[in-house]
Amino acid sequence: MLGSGIINGLIVTAKNFVGSYHDPKRMVTVEYPEQRTVLPENYRNFPFLISENATDPMGTLRCVACQICEKECPPQCIIIEKSKDKKPDASGKPQLYPAVFGIDTSVCMSCQICVEVCPFDAIKMDQVFEIAATDRFHDLFLTREKLAKPNSYYHQIHPTEAAEVDGRLNTERKAAEEKAKAAAAAKAAAAAAKSVPVAGVADPGPASPRPATPIQPASAPAAPATSPVPKPQDEPRSSPAGEGGPANPAS
Amino acid sequence: MTLALIFIAVLMLGSAALAMLLRNLIYSALLLIVSWAGVAAFYLWAGAEFVAFAQVLVYVGAISMVVLFAVLLTRQNHSAELPVEPATKARAATAILSAACLGAILAAAILSTSFHHTAAEAPATSVRQIGLELMHRQGAALLIVGVILTVALLGATILAATDPKRKPEDAP
Amino acid sequence: MTTAPDSFLERAPLELRDWAVQLLPGPLQWLAHHLITVVAILAVFGLFFAFTTIAERKLLARLQNRLGPNRTGLPKFSILPWHLKHTLFGLSQPFADAVKALTKEDIVPAAADHFLHFLAPVIVVAFSLMTFAVLPFGREYLPVDLDAALLYFFAAGAATELAIFMAGWSSRNKYSLLAAMRALAQLISYELPLILSVVPVVLVTGTLSTKAIVLSQGYWIFGFLPHWFVFTPWGFAGFIIFLIAALAESNRSPFDLPEAESELVAGHLTEYSGFKYALFFMAEYFGLTALSGLGVTLFLGGWQAPFPFLEFIPSYLWFMMKLIGMIMFFIWVRGTLLRLRIDQLTRLAWQFLVPLALLNVGNAAFWVLTTHWAGPLQLVRWGVSLVIVILPFFFLGRSLSAGYAPRTYRYAP
Repeated sequence: MLGSGIINGLIVTAKNFVGSYHDPKRMVTVEYPEQRTVLPENYRNFPFLISENATDPMGTLRCVACQICEKECPPQCIIIEKSKDKKPDASGKPQLYPAVFGIDTSVCMSCQICVEVCPFDAIKMDQVFEIAATDRFHDLFLTREKLAKPNSYYHQIHPTEAAEVDGRLNTERKAAEEKAKAAAAAKAAAAAAKSVPVAGVADPGPASPRPATPIQPASAPAAPATSPVPKPQDEPRSSPAGEGGPANPAS
Repeated sequence: MTLALIFIAVLMLGSAALAMLLRNLIYSALLLIVSWAGVAAFYLWAGAEFVAFAQVLVYVGAISMVVLFAVLLTRQNHSAELPVEPATKARAATAILSAACLGAILAAAILSTSFHHTAAEAPATSVRQIGLELMHRQGAALLIVGVILTVALLGATILAATDPKRKPEDAP
Repeated sequence: MTTAPDSFLERAPLELRDWAVQLLPGPLQWLAHHLITVVAILAVFGLFFAFTTIAERKLLARLQNRLGPNRTGLPKFSILPWHLKHTLFGLSQPFADAVKALTKEDIVPAAADHFLHFLAPVIVVAFSLMTFAVLPFGREYLPVDLDAALLYFFAAGAATELAIFMAGWSSRNKYSLLAAMRALAQLISYELPLILSVVPVVLVTGTLSTKAIVLSQGYWIFGFLPHWFVFTPWGFAGFIIFLIAALAESNRSPFDLPEAESELVAGHLTEYSGFKYALFFMAEYFGLTALSGLGVTLFLGGWQAPFPFLEFIPSYLWFMMKLIGMIMFFIWVRGTLLRLRIDQLTRLAWQFLVPLALLNVGNAAFWVLTTHWAGPLQLVRWGVSLVIVILPFFFLGRSLSAGYAPRTYRYAP
């Protein structure tokens, strides 16, 4: 009958009207500043710098100012100046550190290429989205003081990924320590034996990259020493492991 | 009261004159509507509120729409900017002749009417009285007008209803 | 007719007015009497307009499972030591809107016809306000008791579409002009069913006066059922036609073609900003309110209470309650239905509403002719009248939707 469609439609909207008062499933609106939804773990935008220690963030930055991210950044929003001196890093080795590290978030497009190319797991993606500011030149340019956030924060926002990164770093450090120990032992033994040592194992410097662990994905850059890494054009980016995270097929 | 009449007359005649003088057809149409509204105001002044409202409803409400539609649909080649054609002697003669004819007819009509110079009481006619008058004494005329209008209406409906080709999205 | 309950509440506004009038010297009393009436209508319906906008926004939101505006609270007065934290459910939104509209820049396009561009909003508000003069808001609350009140109402309402045309044409904007053309087409199409749907009421009551029409709906069937015209077959059909035509006349969804956002930007409002825009907005709601008030007066018993035992509530409150009900229904329809295309709009008017309205006039004539039927003949009277309403609707609907069997959506689930 003519008009029955109109009546059906009116019934639908009437149900909406009544339902919106008692059925929370119908009402999807989140009143944002007061109510917030939990961000999904995989949500990420603007990068931040990881520091090992919350009490001394500037002293314990993982970043060694290798400037790979600066060169790789497509919109050129990262500015790094190397330090003149060296500071000991988490494992005690003397390293360069960024005297200036700035990210212009008005330019950044959150592509996380900087994260993918970082060989030291020093830069990771953050979950901030409320960076609105009144001065777009000053307030949106994040200096290293604003960028540095402790590792515990990283664990808080991306727990799975952070655990994986920490595990890898720990095995690396342990391997390096053991290597150093072994080298020292070998040195000592050699010194004791006065024999000629095998060349090339004595220096466990920063040039020793991470060991090729099985969880290391194939796409991760393996040669940080060659600084202007040509971008692999045919690199498959569909895998979430591109940034060095867990190669989880479920995600 | 006389002041109001003068005001209404000036409004009516002034807007009508302007409607003829202006080159912009839309202005002319709108001024024509003002003139019709002036007629309605005159009816109201004369105490015939029923006729006044009917005048507004029919002329200002409906016929004005038809006029505006016609103007909007026919106005083609920038008639506002067309130069006025030079007035020829033949045109002037025709204009004067037709104006004289109209004036003569109007004058004859006015002169042949006998005006009562007594101060007439405004007859307090109610809508009911008008209706009874229409239904009884003018019944035949009303019937004819009613039949014509209803036939026109039905004709319009039938014209609208007979639609040769229909597509599914034309459903009302 | 029931005996008029002359309660205090019923009389209170009148007493207040009379008290205020008698304070003034004699010659001014006449003027003050009318001025107070006008100011009261402006104030009441101005506020009513304000709260209709917020009600519309909140209701539309709820119809779509949203929250609607609920943020605007009280302004932070510097004289107050504390700030009222409560947002009052956003009820002060219309006042914030008014301040915004008043303080916005008024932009007139350089190519626009400045005089008509200015005149259009003035005319549209003036004429839509004029229609309130003949609505009986309560037992004693009729601003002007005209003999030809209904005719006056439609005459005043007819000029608003003219203003829309002026707005559209003077803006020198293609969208505005298209909107103006659509407004004209819509008026021509829907003025007819609107008036034809009112004619049965005039036929049955034998008067054009709104006061008398309300009074004729005033007695009770069996002592308790309201004798409103909507509860008769011809009245119900007339009411439905009136509703559809009123929606179209007030340019509301689903007939809001003159300001179809998706097609015409904002139609005739495209080149208006600031307070002129607000005036158009106001006029639209005034028109809607006036048409709803007319519907209440003609079909829903005006200010009459629905049951005898509810007559202790003042008549003007009954009128307002029914008015609010009508407007809620219009908002409900707006939240439900899609906009029609211009050819569908005119087709609906000419192929469906006009024939039904014409038949309904005949139905009302039958009703008048059989007033003296009683007993079982009363049942026959109702039956015949119902048949006159239902059969044409059924067959016309079938013939109109013939060949339009349920549409198949190839790309939608």
